[in-house]
Amino acid sequence: MKVLVPVKRVIDYNVKPRVKMDGSGVDLANVKMSMNPFDEIAVEEAIRLKEKGVATEIVAVSIGEAKAQETLRTALAMGADRAILIVSETEVEPLGVAKLLAKVVAEEAPGLVILGKQAIDDDSNQTGQMLAALTGRPQGTFASKVEVEGDTVKVTREVDGGLETVSLKTPAIITTDLRLNEPRYASLPNIMKAKSKPLAQKTPADYGVDVTPRLKTLKVSEPPKRQAGIKVADVDELAAKLKALGVAA
Amino acid sequence: MIGAQDQSYPEIREAVRRLCADFPGDYWQRLDRDRAYPTEFVRALTEAGFLSVLIPEAYGGSGLGLQAATAVLEEIHRSGCNGGACHAQMYTMGTVLKHGSPVQKQKYLPKVASGEIRLQAFGVTEPTAGTDTTRIRTFAKRVGDTYVVNGQKIWISRAEHSDLMVLLCRTTPREECAKPSDGMSVLLVDMREAVGKGLTIRPIRTMLNHATTELFFDDLEVPAENLVGEEGKGFRYILSGMNAERVLIASECIGDGRFFIDRAAAYAKDRSVFGRPIAENQGVQFPIARAHVQLSAAAEMVDKAARMFDEGLPCGTEANMAKMLASEASWYAADMCVQTHGGFGFAEEYDIERKFRETRLYQVAPISTNLILSHVATHVLGLPKSF
Repeated sequence: MKVLVPVKRVIDYNVKPRVKMDGSGVDLANVKMSMNPFDEIAVEEAIRLKEKGVATEIVAVSIGEAKAQETLRTALAMGADRAILIVSETEVEPLGVAKLLAKVVAEEAPGLVILGKQAIDDDSNQTGQMLAALTGRPQGTFASKVEVEGDTVKVTREVDGGLETVSLKTPAIITTDLRLNEPRYASLPNIMKAKSKPLAQKTPADYGVDVTPRLKTLKVSEPPKRQAGIKVADVDELAAKLKALGVAA
Repeated sequence: MIGAQDQSYPEIREAVRRLCADFPGDYWQRLDRDRAYPTEFVRALTEAGFLSVLIPEAYGGSGLGLQAATAVLEEIHRSGCNGGACHAQMYTMGTVLKHGSPVQKQKYLPKVASGEIRLQAFGVTEPTAGTDTTRIRTFAKRVGDTYVVNGQKIWISRAEHSDLMVLLCRTTPREECAKPSDGMSVLLVDMREAVGKGLTIRPIRTMLNHATTELFFDDLEVPAENLVGEEGKGFRYILSGMNAERVLIASECIGDGRFFIDRAAAYAKDRSVFGRPIAENQGVQFPIARAHVQLSAAAEMVDKAARMFDEGLPCGTEANMAKMLASEASWYAADMCVQTHGGFGFAEEYDIERKFRETRLYQVAPISTNLILSHVATHVLGLPKSF
């Protein structure tokens, strides 16, 4: 079974984002970029499936600027077999990404597509679901456990009430939650091998997909600075203050 | 992050940083308290292949140059970790690789690459012969198929955590040699067999958690087949390894320096006194900036020395100058970082005091600053020899 893993290049999770002066977006100039952490979990899961003998080939795909090549190399160094980069220097919205991925799915016919549940830059949490709809495949989102048996996949999902287990027929779409696994770091020999693994360069036009943005960002602003709190002497005073603020009865 | 955009081997650096993130400050604080060896950290580095970076692919390593190795060590140190426990696993094998027989290479290098054999002890210094290496007295006497070794070594790092040791000893007394640097030979000592049978290892407690020891040889028998290269030419074999060592140590200093600058800049921006961040005071920010300027210059010299080494050019002077500049830049940065942190710089949980102690070593080991200045004075500038 082939596994397709889409990965996104995003601002590193350790970096404190700064908003551009004109409020048009987050300033990404000279900022460290990395693979979206949820996508790392997706790559790791695909590698574990391959190590179990379930997956035979792992294809990583990224849609974004040319530098997303580095993100794909990271996926290759972790253990993906080959990569596809669809270059777009303008931002591609989740629907555009899902349409492109649907085309890649049609071409590659993977048994599973494993995606991060969301990217930590825009937190859209849409691509996996849109891809499932566009391809007519079943979806198991927010996976905290994935078990493949023959042509079914059991996906344990983290839902508000607890854990829910769904059974999907492959081919299927899975999105990963934080607790699915702990991604490995690449070993030095694998980093070196990754340099010679195949990486195909494409454009949205190659797939006949129009990725023109449909949404317009009006304004991006930083969260308001937290004001200093007040100290209360005891529980009674705390209760009184909460009542006065109307947050407790 | 400073300079993150234009650094060499970004993918290797990133992978090392990820690995080091699993070994945060409290891990090192615990080890420091107990003067314990970072076994788990060394295992993780070994398994990820970072210690076999210099070993040719034919023997199971990655076959990369010193420039890649400096990237690995710099990132280890920048992350707040310390490569001192295992950096010698990277380069001690160079003596075997360059001067060993095909049989020795086949026998040892693949196992050194996999980490099955730890070859990270290098026995040169003696109590009565420090940098004046030709005066070493440890003597290996050939008796049939073995060498019988007697003598003493000191400041031998990692001897308790090494399976093999590269040992320099006299095989001809100094006074019987045409040149003082003749008559010394390199033996590979199998520590697993030697301890208790003529070799005694005694740990030395020091200011920092660095597994250093003194060694006593009392009729230790070493098979003659463990002689590296030719008898009597050992001093030359040792010298070529020292350039690699100096460049790698210099890269650790660069990593330490970046650690101190990262920490100081972050703290100064965050810490408010008199209602504003202390970083707004030029008295605070200028020393941080100066540390960065000095470290950047030293880093260029380290890069140059590593590049020359990889190109096979003579680089003894450059390796020495790189080590001196880097160790002084990291020490300035360490001092600056303590000052920036004020009292917190002394608190164990901030890791500043630990790194401060650790980075002080490098102006002394593996060669002291005065000896570097002496080398430059006499060998580069043609000034009279002072000793």
